[in-house]
Amino acid sequence: MKEVQVNEIQELLNSFANKDVYIHLETTNGAYATHFDEKVFNAGAFIRNAKIRFELAKIIDDTPHRVGLKMEHGWVYAQGITHYKLDEKGRLLMAGLDYTGKLAVALEISETPFTY
Amino acid sequence: MTLQPQRQILVVFPHPDDEAFSSAGTIRLYRNMGVPVTYACLTLGEMGRNLGNPPFATRESLPEIRREELKEACKHMGIDDLRMMGLRDKTVEFEDDEKMVKLVTNLIDELNPSLIITFLPGYAVHPDHEATGRAVIEAVRRIPKDERPTVYAVGFANNTLAEVGPPNIEIDVSNVKLDKVNALKAHASQTAWMIEESTKRIDDGRPMSDSWLHFERFYHYQFED
Repeated sequence: MKEVQVNEIQELLNSFANKDVYIHLETTNGAYATHFDEKVFNAGAFIRNAKIRFELAKIIDDTPHRVGLKMEHGWVYAQGITHYKLDEKGRLLMAGLDYTGKLAVALEISETPFTY
Repeated sequence: MTLQPQRQILVVFPHPDDEAFSSAGTIRLYRNMGVPVTYACLTLGEMGRNLGNPPFATRESLPEIRREELKEACKHMGIDDLRMMGLRDKTVEFEDDEKMVKLVTNLIDELNPSLIITFLPGYAVHPDHEATGRAVIEAVRRIPKDERPTVYAVGFANNTLAEVGPPNIEIDVSNVKLDKVNALKAHASQTAWMIEESTKRIDDGRPMSDSWLHFERFYHYQFED
């Protein structure tokens, strides 16, 4: 993955619009967060291989970046995106890595299902 | 304490590297004695957070990296029977409970282990660890009392000492410390930062204590009935 380039990601997002796509959306502060610091309230969520269709997608040029996908009946939203890659399977993998290199958020879009 | 003789050992943990931190030395010592060891690793740690910055992996490539790291770590521990069980990181506790018990029961039926190493339910911190320990304990509990294998359980929650007391099994793994370090190093995606910090502190003349590399500690699980 390389650091976000807004124009490139915007073009890639556009290429998935108005198609049935699978997404992986995840936010996490790690399973050990409370073990290491009892003051941390540990929350996180992920959804994998949800099939959606969006009509409009935007990446906002801020640091870290935000990505929003507008669907017929709702939204997909991710804040904190720092890196991305179009992988060898044509999947757009976006991630937000914190200052120590740990994943804090991920939004991935693919025309085929992700592995299990 | 001296190692108890064993016929066959079954190690059950959910993530590649759980075994290296907790048991690599013990496993290596038993392998050096010729005791067969099977490691059932339930997931590939697909949801690991450390991807590096700059990143060395993606959410999608991490499992394949960890699969190779696990195989490499097994070489250092001398494990030649590695089973990757195909579950997904973070989801073990949501699998059907009976299916999880069956998974362990099938391994026990096949291997007839005299010792099982796993996590201590209630004191294993990560939900996958807890679910793994629960499944193993339940599978063993269902075996007639006088046929049950011994269970060594790993507990490391912050309240473990206060509530359970000190571990009653302490194995001196000093003689195989290098193998343990190499097993940990093999899990580079998970441990590189730790190895780096340790090296830096040695360079700075304030080395981290390595006493945790000399002893592995377990709770000999006691069944109530």
